[in-house]
Amino acid sequence: MAFCSIFVPNFMLQAVVRSEPGLRERAVALIQGDPPSCRVVAAGNEAIRQGIRLGTLKQNGEQAAGVEFRSRSQLLEGTAHAALLDIGWSVSPRIEDTAPDTIILDVSGLTYLFASEKAVAEYLVQRSVECGLMPQVAVAANADAAWIAARGFCGITVIESGKESEFLALLPVSVLSPSEEMAETWDRWGIYTCGHLSRLPILELSERFGQEGVRLHTLARGAVSRSLLIVEPEYSFTETMELDDFVEELDPLSFLLGRLLDQLCARLASRSLGAAVLHVRFDLEPSFEKASDLRKESFRRKSAPIFHETDIEFPVPIRDSKMLLKLLRLHLQAKAPSAPIRKIALTAESARPRSLQRGLFLPSFPDPEKLELTIARIANLVGPHNVGSPSLPDTHRPYAFQMDRFDVAENVAKSQTRCRDVSASKSWEPDVRACKNFRIFRPPIPLTVAMHAGRPISIILHGQRGEVRAASGPWRTSGDWWGKKPWDRDEWDVGIHFPSSSGNVNKLLAAYPRDGIYRLYRDSLRSRNGQDSLSRDNWLMQGIYD
Amino acid sequence: MIPKIVTLRWHVESMLAGHISRPFQYSDRQAVKMVSTGIAEIDALTGGLPRGSLTEIFGPPGSGRTTLLMASLAARTSASEVCALIDAHDTFDPHTAAASGVNLKRVLWVRCRNIDHALRATDLLIHGGGFGLIALDLSDVSPRTVRQVPLNAWFRLRRAVEDTPTILMAIEQESNAKTCASLVLQLSSRETRWPRTATAESVRSPSWGCLLDGWTSSAEIGRSRVKAAPLPWSQENVISIRARDNRTEFQTQTVGHYCRGAINPYPSGGAPQSR
Repeated sequence: MAFCSIFVPNFMLQAVVRSEPGLRERAVALIQGDPPSCRVVAAGNEAIRQGIRLGTLKQNGEQAAGVEFRSRSQLLEGTAHAALLDIGWSVSPRIEDTAPDTIILDVSGLTYLFASEKAVAEYLVQRSVECGLMPQVAVAANADAAWIAARGFCGITVIESGKESEFLALLPVSVLSPSEEMAETWDRWGIYTCGHLSRLPILELSERFGQEGVRLHTLARGAVSRSLLIVEPEYSFTETMELDDFVEELDPLSFLLGRLLDQLCARLASRSLGAAVLHVRFDLEPSFEKASDLRKESFRRKSAPIFHETDIEFPVPIRDSKMLLKLLRLHLQAKAPSAPIRKIALTAESARPRSLQRGLFLPSFPDPEKLELTIARIANLVGPHNVGSPSLPDTHRPYAFQMDRFDVAENVAKSQTRCRDVSASKSWEPDVRACKNFRIFRPPIPLTVAMHAGRPISIILHGQRGEVRAASGPWRTSGDWWGKKPWDRDEWDVGIHFPSSSGNVNKLLAAYPRDGIYRLYRDSLRSRNGQDSLSRDNWLMQGIYD
Repeated sequence: MIPKIVTLRWHVESMLAGHISRPFQYSDRQAVKMVSTGIAEIDALTGGLPRGSLTEIFGPPGSGRTTLLMASLAARTSASEVCALIDAHDTFDPHTAAASGVNLKRVLWVRCRNIDHALRATDLLIHGGGFGLIALDLSDVSPRTVRQVPLNAWFRLRRAVEDTPTILMAIEQESNAKTCASLVLQLSSRETRWPRTATAESVRSPSWGCLLDGWTSSAEIGRSRVKAAPLPWSQENVISIRARDNRTEFQTQTVGHYCRGAINPYPSGGAPQSR
């Protein structure tokens, strides 16, 4: 058995620095509390060198030059902790969520994939750095020894089995997290290290400190053997950011979104997953009109938060942060938030990335991620409902169709199947038929039709008279009479000739040929509403054969 | 005395020696791959649709442009290729397309309302890559509007599709792409067939009792940069396409003289012969 513990020192500070990588090289201190009594709760090494001390007031610390102050953020600590769990799940499904800044994972058997336990630890460190965290990692034969070693030693520590006591002996007793009373007593006794504690007689220790003392004694020797409390892996990835200043413009917002997406994609990559759906939520600043409302009720009642939420679904799971940012920008250009933004939350629903194996002899297909970006750009031009793949619904309603999402991956899979079938058959020809093809006018064009003996004989279209040379019909169709949108129409295929006697015909012929075949229809539902057969409102031109 | 141009040529060749061999010698480009249009007679006339080139099909409404477009889409989608249709005036009918054999799941339909959106969408799709056929349908845009599209826009589209396996097809009422198109086809309508039904004849129904059986369109090459073999002067480059329900009849007929490289309905020296 082998266990690995990942501990993030100065976790509160690292959580904030993770969202602002530029702070890593600078002196940073975290403050907490309401002004003017904000106190320093965490500080980096550089800030401590500048004279910042924990627990001091912020105004005292501001005397140190070059120190950046940030507020502690539990939101960022939550996302940093989630990132830590993702790092652990990238190598092992058995993980214990020991503390916000510590996880322990079972790495038994991983030496089949990695060269050694040290290689496992190095991989975890690398993944952590990609996710914006600087951890301390330790590997040992039991969980608690690994946990203590990670808290006590910097960098990577590998403890050989049976040598836990020897390794842990040098660590201060504070790594065991004793109670304040116990720590004070040990300090008076001169017990400073785990080695000192482990040499104490256990019977007397239990008499003095009870079971807690025995437990700490066993911990100091690295002799505790227990099972991990396994946590179930999460498949939802969230990154949040609270802004000090409101953001209104798309460009600075894109910069922040890019940073969040980089962190999100690093976590997805560590679990070999992609984002299938991206939920975006902006907390907005209440409008000026509402803020300036001087009625007493508005002061007593806390204003309700205003949100802008949107979901973006991808045909294939994506984990390229640049691609996600481009798609998100296009989406926001079409649907921008209505007020300045003060908080951003991105949540990715994960899925296994689809793998497409293309054959050598298959026709080329658009790259799914590139196509998604192209379709998003076109949707910004023509509208999201005007680009896609048409499909015919199961209805008899004339000319009914719906726009579906254009799925390239499905087409690739089907073409692979088809090519296998084709190669099995002797010969194959495309099934192409030159049928009567039709161009639809959307919306249909109203016109006047003159009838004789139940057949159309002439029409008036845009003020121009046309002679019906031939007519085929009526083709009667109706349906959905039980619903809210019934139809009842008589369709005709007519050949129309526009004589050249009128001056308007040249203008008309720019859109319609002198001799053409059209489809007209009479809406019977409208005629039942009291209009006669010669009324313009009944007859419509559906389209032209071409 | 050596002409100046010869001296200049020698000077340029010597400067480029070692970098570009034979800078003044024109070399043909790689042979263009042709694919079926879906209509055998047009394939016989033109050799098919050229990949990596702009093909322009023009004609008045009712001349058979949509039929040719649907046949091409059906041929490409049947070959498991993905196609795109940029519909500048939103006149595409999915029902007749499906009846023509088009696999709608392999067609990306962009419904535009103006020519600017249509051209920009075409540009985006060409640069996205991966499509077997991209059809820019400007049939119902007024010719006056299409004439205002600058020639460099057509040139840009042609350059974008070069060296790709994508067929770019533009359907219009007039020819506008000029030298940017590698293949230009002019379509025109001929006769429409309205045979009477047997029932109509037997019961002496009114003369309108008939069915629309189909029509005949004719196609003529206006320009072909891709066809290698020279055409005989005595043979008309016009074929007839007869479209019927669920089957196709094709026939070739001699209808007059043909002037290569330009659309010239009149034979040299006189008015066209009566047909």
